[in-house]
Amino acid sequence: MKKKLGLILACSGLLLLGACQKSSSSDSNTVKIGVNLELSGKVSAYGNAELEGIKLATKEINKNGGINGKKIQLVSKDNKSDTAEAASVATSLATKDKVTAIIGPATSGSTKSATPAVTRAKVPMVTPSATDDSVTLTTAGKVQDYVFRTTFQDSFQGIILANFATNKLNAKKVAIIGDNSSDYAKGLTKAFKKQYKGDIVEEVNFSSGDTDFQAILTKLKSKSFDVIYLPGYYNEAGLIIKQAREMGITQPILGADGFGDTELVKLAGTDNVNDVYYTANFSTNVDATKVSKDFVTSFKKEYNKEPSGFNALAYDSVYLIKQAIEDAKSTDPVKVKEALTKVKDFEGVTGTMSVDKEHNPKKAAVVIQLTKGVESGATVVNP
Amino acid sequence: MSNIFQQLINGLSLGSIYALMALGYTMVYGIIKLINFAHGEVYMIGAFLGYYFIQVHHLPFILALVLAMVISAFLGAVIEFLAYRPLRNSSRIAVLITAIGVSFLLQNVMIYFFGSNPRAFPQALTKKVFEFHGVQISSYQIVIIVTTVVLMLLLQFIVQKTKMGKAMRAVSVDADAARLMGINVDLTISFTFAIGSALAAAGGVLIGLYYNTINPMMGVTPGLKAFIAAVLGGIGIIPGAVIGGFSIGILETIVSALGFSLFKDAFVYAILILILLVKPSGLLGKNVKEKV
Repeated sequence: MKKKLGLILACSGLLLLGACQKSSSSDSNTVKIGVNLELSGKVSAYGNAELEGIKLATKEINKNGGINGKKIQLVSKDNKSDTAEAASVATSLATKDKVTAIIGPATSGSTKSATPAVTRAKVPMVTPSATDDSVTLTTAGKVQDYVFRTTFQDSFQGIILANFATNKLNAKKVAIIGDNSSDYAKGLTKAFKKQYKGDIVEEVNFSSGDTDFQAILTKLKSKSFDVIYLPGYYNEAGLIIKQAREMGITQPILGADGFGDTELVKLAGTDNVNDVYYTANFSTNVDATKVSKDFVTSFKKEYNKEPSGFNALAYDSVYLIKQAIEDAKSTDPVKVKEALTKVKDFEGVTGTMSVDKEHNPKKAAVVIQLTKGVESGATVVNP
Repeated sequence: MSNIFQQLINGLSLGSIYALMALGYTMVYGIIKLINFAHGEVYMIGAFLGYYFIQVHHLPFILALVLAMVISAFLGAVIEFLAYRPLRNSSRIAVLITAIGVSFLLQNVMIYFFGSNPRAFPQALTKKVFEFHGVQISSYQIVIIVTTVVLMLLLQFIVQKTKMGKAMRAVSVDADAARLMGINVDLTISFTFAIGSALAAAGGVLIGLYYNTINPMMGVTPGLKAFIAAVLGGIGIIPGAVIGGFSIGILETIVSALGFSLFKDAFVYAILILILLVKPSGLLGKNVKEKV
């Protein structure tokens, strides 16, 4: 028994020594940035796309002399698309690896579960793609000190879409097809209604998983309206677009980033996807800023494919952290967090952004138009 | 007015699918008093088979439909042979639990091999929309309703006019007496499963074509609703399943049209509770006293 205890003590001593050595060696000439992403599991497509963007940004920064002369050292860990795992990855990055900042997770649920860990350890976390409004807020409505994001929040998309409907589509009357079963869609509807000044002639609802929309669409068809606002994910949206177009409903259909998947076109049928618009963070057809073009070129060179919104947002997250570290002139996590709250007019590939008081980026969104299932236009819309 | 007719057509198309599935529930219940909860999964697999034949082998729609029905019929008989026959003399609850187990097994096997994401069903027929006085009916809706009616007439013919149909009716009245009369009861039960499964598969392929989306979990909700349709019409009664299926389809459409689409599932389940409270034997059922 005693022997065993001694062995355990010796082992843990060695481990501690190892850990000490590791952190002392990295302090001098590298900046450690943690990556907490969904690299396997059900949303691994998001996580892996984001890792590509992060790696590209890191490579560029290191090639151009690093941050304040220090090279970035990425500590990348997989949270397996699991909310509990996301929390433990965040803890280990913050306390064991002692990173300056963390990028990720990709989804709202995982980001929320990682929040207590980073707050306790006082390490800022920048999520590239968690859009839920409550990600940066506590339940009491206070700001989460250590949580930031580079994507827009859901309610912001509602505002953008309301402006787009009024200014670009000249919509005086709108019909809403809402999804009453997801917080995402409910938030989008609420924000849209608050911003939109015209008439809302009809509001019908479905719930996620539905496949039959004939009844609500038949009801809608007899009404007069200019535009359909359809907050929801591509699964149902694809089917609604198909059934609506086949029924002869030809008005433009407006949605949020939940449309942004190729499956939408497959479900709707290429010929039915006309006059469909949705918000996105990024489009290769429009240069939001002057760095956007360079990003597309270097991304294509690196990975031999077109960059996606996830690639772009993650890429921006690295540069945003770089900016904050340079502003703070320190790699101390708390000082970097302070600097992050003060970032103004940061030029990212997804737009020029300033961090607002709720830690959301204030930036323009891109509204993408689909014709015959392919992107036929992209407009930058300001909030 | 045209709106009401339009909704009626929508309801009939949806109801056709429920009716096709309800027939499977009702026949299996009628013959061995088992609620085959794996029925919704046979419907799902039927849809995937249709997808496979059209997408991969580019077969014409009718051929794909028939092949999916044949293979699903075989699958239904295999499920009966492997999962239910060994439990023939067990309590009814044991078989019921096995049925639920089979249902989960099939779902998860399909998720394992094909993933849980919905996939688009190939649009094998050209879609035309016909309009009469403001009421639209698409060629898909016509195909669904016509196929359903043809299959029902075929079923009616099998049950009433063929030797096997006679055997099915005999087994459903009294399996032991039927055996004494020289009827192969096991074969008759397998045949019943096969026919029910073929009808469910037809429903799956039609719904894939109609809504253009299939996924491994697609059988769960329609399966339950078809079961409710069978109970509504009177479980074990073939015309009852048809009436129940169409009623549920139309009711669901009415509820959605009135703006309560969120409650349409709740509404259907409420009907189940109501029918069990008021007339447990269903619309067409007679109250039969237990024989002593």
